[in-house]
Amino acid sequence: MKFTALTAVAALLMAPAAYAEADDESLVINGDLEITTHTDAPAHLDGHLDEIYSGWHFRDDETQAMEADDFDNPAMIFVDQARDMWTTPEGSEGKSCADCHGAPEDMAAVRPVYPKWNEDAGEVRTMQMQMNDCRTNRMGADAWKTDAKDALNMEALMSSVARGQPVNVAIDGPAQSVWEQGKELYYTRTGILDLSCASCHEENYGNRIRSDHLSQGQINGFPAYRLKNAGLNGVQGRFKGCVRDTRAETFSPGSPEFIALELYVASRGNGLSVEGPSVRN
Amino acid sequence: MRLTAMTAAVALLAGAAFAEDVAPDAVQFGEDGQIEASLTGTPGDPENGKAIMTNRGKGNCVACHAVTALSDAPFHGDVGPSLDGVGEYRSEAELRGIVVNPKMIFEGTVMPAFYKTSGFTRPGDGYTGKAATDTIEPILSAQEVEDVVAFLLTLKDS
Ligand code: HEC
Ligand code: HEC
Ligand code: HEC
Repeated sequence: MKFTALTAVAALLMAPAAYAEADDESLVINGDLEITTHTDAPAHLDGHLDEIYSGWHFRDDETQAMEADDFDNPAMIFVDQARDMWTTPEGSEGKSCADCHGAPEDMAAVRPVYPKWNEDAGEVRTMQMQMNDCRTNRMGADAWKTDAKDALNMEALMSSVARGQPVNVAIDGPAQSVWEQGKELYYTRTGILDLSCASCHEENYGNRIRSDHLSQGQINGFPAYRLKNAGLNGVQGRFKGCVRDTRAETFSPGSPEFIALELYVASRGNGLSVEGPSVRN
Repeated sequence: MRLTAMTAAVALLAGAAFAEDVAPDAVQFGEDGQIEASLTGTPGDPENGKAIMTNRGKGNCVACHAVTALSDAPFHGDVGPSLDGVGEYRSEAELRGIVVNPKMIFEGTVMPAFYKTSGFTRPGDGYTGKAATDTIEPILSAQEVEDVVAFLLTLKDS
């Protein structure tokens, strides 16, 4: 029937549009730090994505350029603030991060593997949760609120010292059930607009929704400095905004759902370099 | 009998046939997802339909579709196909079905249903991120759907 034929034509016309618009430039920070912003997708994405791209590829030239030099990257101010905080004793124990961990650079292997299963606590922890464990249980200091300024500044420092290393989040073993929950959330359509993360970031990356150029929604660049709000933005705050845009009831940053989703989304970027703190619009 | 006919006539005369609108859950789709009958009985107003298509809080159709006739409104997306010429190759019934609930035609499509009030997961209260309060309103009213369809039918040349 005419109807079916037209449907097929519409589908054909649409197909080439997707995936077309990730540019093929490359990101080198400060002239020598090569960032893998595009690589083969990890095996668990078989049948979903062949290649993965950092959100950097979908931003305009000026925004991209800001990230290529730490003097131009507005997020580096917050990294400097966190360096001061790193050596400042806090809490009833009078200890600083540096007292136990040495230099921030000694933490270079940490960011790529978070969120991560913590054996003693028997839970998957985001890096912010782990830092709060240090604050409350080892320093006698207050926990930082999820995605609030201090937490994001410190997360930006932990990311900056890990830049260039491949994201390598474990999805098997004890973390697996949480990972499965995150995957379920990723593909669940929510809200009055009935869209899932995959509707926008898997099926339509490279396309435009109004003026927004859709990326794959990777989180290797987080925390991200957004020109829109001139500050650092956390992963879970970003998730909240995206879910809200489907006209749905969102989950809250720090909720078990968003912890699971952070683990899952991080794993979709396994193989990309840690790139945070990135610059986005 | 006579009574029902009279009631309908009165409603038509009044112009505000709101109570007589086909409710979202009562819409009858044909085999191919088309909807033959008007949702309101009142002809659509293409000018209003045009405004709804670019209004972010209403149709916001240009977020996903390019439409040459709407080029005054900035930033058309390309998640969906261009709608130029759609009034030529789609019937009124097909277009009504697509705007009411495109999943009846395009299985699994990302295009939202604009006249639907049930079957959602975690429906929100607009763009607040909070849970929807008691009754969910469709994104477009029955008459707004008719208005959009009327505008789509004017898109003759691709
Ligand atoms: C009194 C010692 C102590 C202090 C002070 C401390 N930490 Fe820790 N930190 C630890 C220990 C011990 C671990 C390992 C915990 C584990 O694996 O269960 C750890 C783990 C971490 C990890 C995860 C490392 C990994 O390989 O998984 C991060 C990130 C971290 N700390 C950040 C911080 C920050 C930021 C501060 C300051 C705000 C801080 N820590 C203060 C002792 C400390
Ligand atoms: C209605 C479309 C839509 C849906 C649904 C959606 N997003 Fe997004 N998302 C966007 C847009 C637009 C942006 C900004 C441009 C970009 O980076 O893609 C964005 C950005 C992001 C970013 C930032 C990427 C970067 O490099 O800075 C992440 C992470 C993200 N989304 C994750 C998600 C997750 C997880 C979900 C599901 C819970 C989701 N999104 C659902 C539209 C959407
Ligand atoms: C979130 C994206 C999105 C929005 C918003 C959207 N559409 Fe669509 N639309 C699509 C996609 C994608 C298709 C292609 C169908 C498919 O999935 O195969 C489509 C298909 C159509 C078609 C069929 C075109 C053809 O060639 O047969 C019409 C007509 C249409 N849309 C009208 C509208 C109208 C009117 C609105 C607003 C009231 C709207 N759309 C809003 C994504 C969208």
